[in-house]
Amino acid sequence: MIKEENYLKKIADSCLTQSKKLGSSDANVVVMNSISESVNIRNKQLDGSERSDNLAITLTTYIGKKKASIASSNLNENNINKLVNRCVEATKITPEDEYNSLPEKELHYFGNKDLQLYDDTYIDNEKKIEFIKKAEEQAFKNKNIINTNGSGFSQNKSNFILANTNGFMDGYKTSQFTAYCEVVSKRNGSMERDYEFTSKRFFSDLIKPEKIGKNAAKYAVNKLNPKKIKSEKLSLIFDKRISKNFLSNFASSISSSSIAKGTTFLKNKINNQIFNKQINIVDRGDILKGNGSKYFDSEGIKIDNLELVKDGILKDYLVDSYNGKKIDRKSNGRSSGTTNLYFKKGDVSFNDLIKSEKKLLYINETIGRGANIITGDYSVGASGIMIENGEFAYPVSEITIAGNFHEMFKNIILADDLEFKYSTNSPTMLISGMTVGGK
Amino acid sequence: MSEFFKNSEIELSKAEKIVSETLKNCDDGELYLEDTKSETIVLDDNKIKSSDYSTDLGYGFRAVTGDIIAYSHSNEISEKSLLNSSQNLKSSLKNKRGTYNYEIKNTNQKFYSNIDPVEEKSLKSKIDILREINNYARSKDSSVKQVTANFIGEKKNVEILRAGGQLLNDERPLVRFNVSIMVEKFGKKETGVYGVGGRQSYDVYLNDNNWKKVCDEAFRIATTNLDSKPSPAGEMKVVLGPGWPAILIHEAVGHGLEGDFNRKKTSVFHDLVGQKVASESVTIIDDGTLDNRRGSLNIDDEGTPTEKTVLIENGILKNFMQDRLNARLMNTKSTGNGRRESYKHIIMPRMRNTIMLNGNNTQDEMIKSVNKGIFAVSFGGGQVDITSGKFVFNCTEAYEINNGKIGSPLKGATLIGDGPSSLKEILMVGNDMMLDPGIGTCGKAGQGVPVGVGQPSLLIDKMTVGGTQI
Repeated sequence: MIKEENYLKKIADSCLTQSKKLGSSDANVVVMNSISESVNIRNKQLDGSERSDNLAITLTTYIGKKKASIASSNLNENNINKLVNRCVEATKITPEDEYNSLPEKELHYFGNKDLQLYDDTYIDNEKKIEFIKKAEEQAFKNKNIINTNGSGFSQNKSNFILANTNGFMDGYKTSQFTAYCEVVSKRNGSMERDYEFTSKRFFSDLIKPEKIGKNAAKYAVNKLNPKKIKSEKLSLIFDKRISKNFLSNFASSISSSSIAKGTTFLKNKINNQIFNKQINIVDRGDILKGNGSKYFDSEGIKIDNLELVKDGILKDYLVDSYNGKKIDRKSNGRSSGTTNLYFKKGDVSFNDLIKSEKKLLYINETIGRGANIITGDYSVGASGIMIENGEFAYPVSEITIAGNFHEMFKNIILADDLEFKYSTNSPTMLISGMTVGGK
Repeated sequence: MSEFFKNSEIELSKAEKIVSETLKNCDDGELYLEDTKSETIVLDDNKIKSSDYSTDLGYGFRAVTGDIIAYSHSNEISEKSLLNSSQNLKSSLKNKRGTYNYEIKNTNQKFYSNIDPVEEKSLKSKIDILREINNYARSKDSSVKQVTANFIGEKKNVEILRAGGQLLNDERPLVRFNVSIMVEKFGKKETGVYGVGGRQSYDVYLNDNNWKKVCDEAFRIATTNLDSKPSPAGEMKVVLGPGWPAILIHEAVGHGLEGDFNRKKTSVFHDLVGQKVASESVTIIDDGTLDNRRGSLNIDDEGTPTEKTVLIENGILKNFMQDRLNARLMNTKSTGNGRRESYKHIIMPRMRNTIMLNGNNTQDEMIKSVNKGIFAVSFGGGQVDITSGKFVFNCTEAYEINNGKIGSPLKGATLIGDGPSSLKEILMVGNDMMLDPGIGTCGKAGQGVPVGVGQPSLLIDKMTVGGTQI
């Protein structure tokens, strides 16, 4: 069982009291417990089971504008006292930073809405195995599936308390159920792998195992016997698995830390047209059961709903209180990053999108971290499927795709198939004018 | 006598009894205890941005029978917690029977000394050096707009208690020092990053102003990239520089030679032992025994002494890298490659220091032989798909080669290829083998472990280069 609120509060409280006693002017502490249980299977047989029980504290102490932190998983009282002492001592010798401080009280979250982030359902290991076996069984019905890379089911429950010496003390339980199935296909000497995955706050919302297995098999088989193509400029269609990554790149580019340091190509671009007019980007933390939903951020600050991009125009940054002070903006509750970040859906159907040009390349996998948010340069390895006259023609692999976010962002066209599968989500996306590197 | 049991709520003899009893019908398993402390100090944007100290104490209890692994870990080292884990392991492996192999060879080998990088220098002295580094880097040129520098020091003590009472331990220091410099000129911004590290004292990197060399290198890379032009796209010859570019060997070949992927037959190499997989001049080893290197270990995380394992010798595939489980199932012995990120993670076969040995060519010969191609000096991250063998790398420093001469620096160049084919396309192997500066962290199944790489310059016949210019 995960630790209850009172247990966590007691530890948090004693850390804060001890910090004050030892001379810190302010302090912030997080006490977290999470228990995760998972099973892995391979070729429909149990491969392993894992149980992990993590309990840890993270304490930050301030003396005026000086700050230092400690973290530990050893919560023996004696050890905690030693650590608090070490933290305060480290604070004393750390140089002052004028922007260091607890957040303003007025920004603290307080409320009592229920975002439905915790499902008390307990799935024991036998049920986990049964669930994920069904997925593999379904995958093996496809005759080109010869092996699995492993499939798994995990259940994660956690509870935490965040407290600071300005009177904030709150926390909540969350749960996450995740299942994945990864299979290997083979035909005429070509071997490929692919997967399907589902992850939800509530067990009952997971994609059904049969569908997971069926999709994994379909994706792996679709990649078989790929061709290599010649280098050329092409319009690319990005599968939803990939298109969401551009949102993550965008989010890093508008984080207040990147803006404050100037290490982003989107500095000073507020109220500028950076996407075309059809593009709208939203980040909201209050979606019921949302994978990215949160009540407050890691500083205890309430999370505003943000329209980051409206009609293609950049309207806001992701601001935490430290970096916010550097750029003269109040925190909007993003010290732990984005929440549920998504592109609002476009108005073209998937079928119309793939028919929009005679020749399009559908990208369903990229490898490598080729996004540079300082320059906006983008270059990654990729594989996908060539689309000719609106029909999926043949798989393509071992290519690179490259461009620059400045132009790429302006050339995005979105389909209307947005779904909330991850915490960051995008519809299928077309970007014209990209460079494909091949033979 | 074990440190872990001195301060915990359970005696060694009691823990031993639980371990022996739990594992009596299993093929393998152990109680792994870990006590880590680490310190990260970051200077960023002219400020000491963070000074973090952390300690992590916990155990991981593993039972293995056949090819099934049951694992349970916790922060709480107590009888109650161990019994809880024991119950969990037994219920996962019920109806399974194995034969426990008690034998693990003891060793006295030591490839690093028992220093404590977190405590050996005061926090204040480390902060002072970081500020000095910041001033030095910013004074290099007015184009320097941002400097980030950090120290990461760690001391990890591990102890392995096996059924029958065998106790194995290791104390592992690890440091890393990193500098990142952003320069801006004529509205163009570029970054250069350089770092060093290993299982030794910070002094090695800080004495004699050695840290200045790290700043100089980061500045040189950033400045070089200011003059870069867009990379070409298409298939061409590639010369790889010595040292760090060996992460290409790590990704393209190394992962495919790890025991688990081969036992499961998901690696393209699984049925190629004894066969020619590369040109004759190629010999690749994985070595856990190099002094003070980031990827070195006295014993692996199962207690097996590490060794120098020959993977490919003169082009012939010789061995895979094994942990105990995969070795047992493949009828061979562990090569001391059983590793884990921490007590929170299960053991897998992982690389240590993966090195391609010297050949006979010079880098000059390689460059001269290329009509049109690229010279890749350093990479950022890389990634591989083990099943298809495809890998990709982003160059952080690369140049075009025209008619046998090195030309302009290139930006945004990505290399893509597949492991088995690239091995066969190595045309020349240099005589200038270098180890990397000690910065590699390898990720596999969500676990990061420190690794090293090394290689001489290499000429590869054809690889696909990704860029924006056709």
